[in-house]
Amino acid sequence: MTLRGQDLLSLQEMSTADMETILSTARSLKEILSRPIKKVPTLRGKVVCTLFYEPSTRTRTSFELAAKYMSADTVSIAASTSAAQKGETLSDTARNLEVMGVDVAIMRHSVSGSCHFLAKVLDIPVINAGDGMHEHPTQGLLDIFTILEHKPRIRGLKVAILGDILHSRVARSLIFGLTKMGAEVAVAGPGTLLPPYIEDLGVRACRRVEEAIEGADVVYSLRIQLERQNKGLFPSKREYRDFYGLNRQRLSLAQEDAIIMHPGPMNRGVEITTDVADSPRAIILDQVTSGVAVRMAVLYLILGGRE
Amino acid sequence: MELIEKAQIMDKEAMRRALIRVAHEIVEKNKGLEDVVLVGIHRRGYPLAQRLAQILKESENVDVPVGELDITLYRDDLTLRSTQPQVGPTRMPVDVANKRVILVDDVLYTGRTIRAALDAIIDMGRPTNIQVAVMVDRGHRELPIRADYVGKNVPTSSKEVIHVKVAEIDGHDEVVIAEKKDE
Repeated sequence: MTLRGQDLLSLQEMSTADMETILSTARSLKEILSRPIKKVPTLRGKVVCTLFYEPSTRTRTSFELAAKYMSADTVSIAASTSAAQKGETLSDTARNLEVMGVDVAIMRHSVSGSCHFLAKVLDIPVINAGDGMHEHPTQGLLDIFTILEHKPRIRGLKVAILGDILHSRVARSLIFGLTKMGAEVAVAGPGTLLPPYIEDLGVRACRRVEEAIEGADVVYSLRIQLERQNKGLFPSKREYRDFYGLNRQRLSLAQEDAIIMHPGPMNRGVEITTDVADSPRAIILDQVTSGVAVRMAVLYLILGGRE
Repeated sequence: MELIEKAQIMDKEAMRRALIRVAHEIVEKNKGLEDVVLVGIHRRGYPLAQRLAQILKESENVDVPVGELDITLYRDDLTLRSTQPQVGPTRMPVDVANKRVILVDDVLYTGRTIRAALDAIIDMGRPTNIQVAVMVDRGHRELPIRADYVGKNVPTSSKEVIHVKVAEIDGHDEVVIAEKKDE
């Protein structure tokens, strides 16, 4: 089954074959970013709509640039300045955009499952740019792509994911994507931020980050959402940093050639120290570049070609 | 739709001699090899370009840069080729600006691949000129495109297909002509 015209909603539902197709296509498209003229005509005349109900720097810009580099036209709706403020429902908003000729809807929303809902409402393909706590599939894909630029394969790789696993859609997509491709994943964070039964997804759950980091090939730090502090889920930024923060000392437990990753935006000095974040083994900026290439591949595979 | 192989048009030796002749024609037409860049069009154009570079190295003692170009993103017929067109790699070892770019492909047929390649190269910079070298020209142009260097001219009908096989991809060298048989 091809990806053309399909929704991209989760890595849980995506086959490894489709993941491989996206990754290998992204590899071929990445060189466009280093050309003097960053444009190929492939998606000329297609319209890509981003519909973001939550703030975003990377994901939204990355999708928009991916579309523009492929010569597609883009239209960006930020819910905060749209008629959603007047109470317009999600399905009305999206259907209005669909009938204006938009070819694909890329949505980020705070409610888990909202992209699945939208996919049922719309005829055009829907791409999930982050739905609540559920998944952020293109982030998972770009992270796997970036890992493969530095490590020979995913199978057997030891990956440690640290932080607020409970609320993290990035963590879930990574868990689904990495375990499907045969990685050994360990998650670690404060007990209040580790979901019960997370081990049912095929990962090892640790209460101390040191246990997950030990021997890891990839150390992935998640952003601690400071809003959770107000709900009493962790006592203070300082305590989080002291007991769970990724610093040079904790990092030394990992493999010597371990790579360090973060989805952004970083709380420097909380979940990750500046010296680790800016160290040569941190590939955080590479992740961002890969993000554009992977999203170009996704748009190409879903929209490329003519009816 | 089946393909029945009908005849071998060129064997390994014939291909080798054609490449040697084309290499010498390139030197003659460009009055040397200054600023010449060979760009192989994915897939089979690339090994042919590499072989031309090897011949030029042996006979002129010049290292001509060889690039690899995938034109899938510039095609005008994406859906006609397959349901999920694969994009291959594009690697250019040098900037094409002010260079004499020689596109190398296995078969010249409608000319649409070369048209796409022209767009791709021009998006990368402004070459001094662009030339085309092919192993086989089979006629039936749909666009005003022509080759500068041709290994062999083979008149064909639209029911026929030319396959250029190269050792690097197919395991051996030969050029065969096949016919499409409807079920």
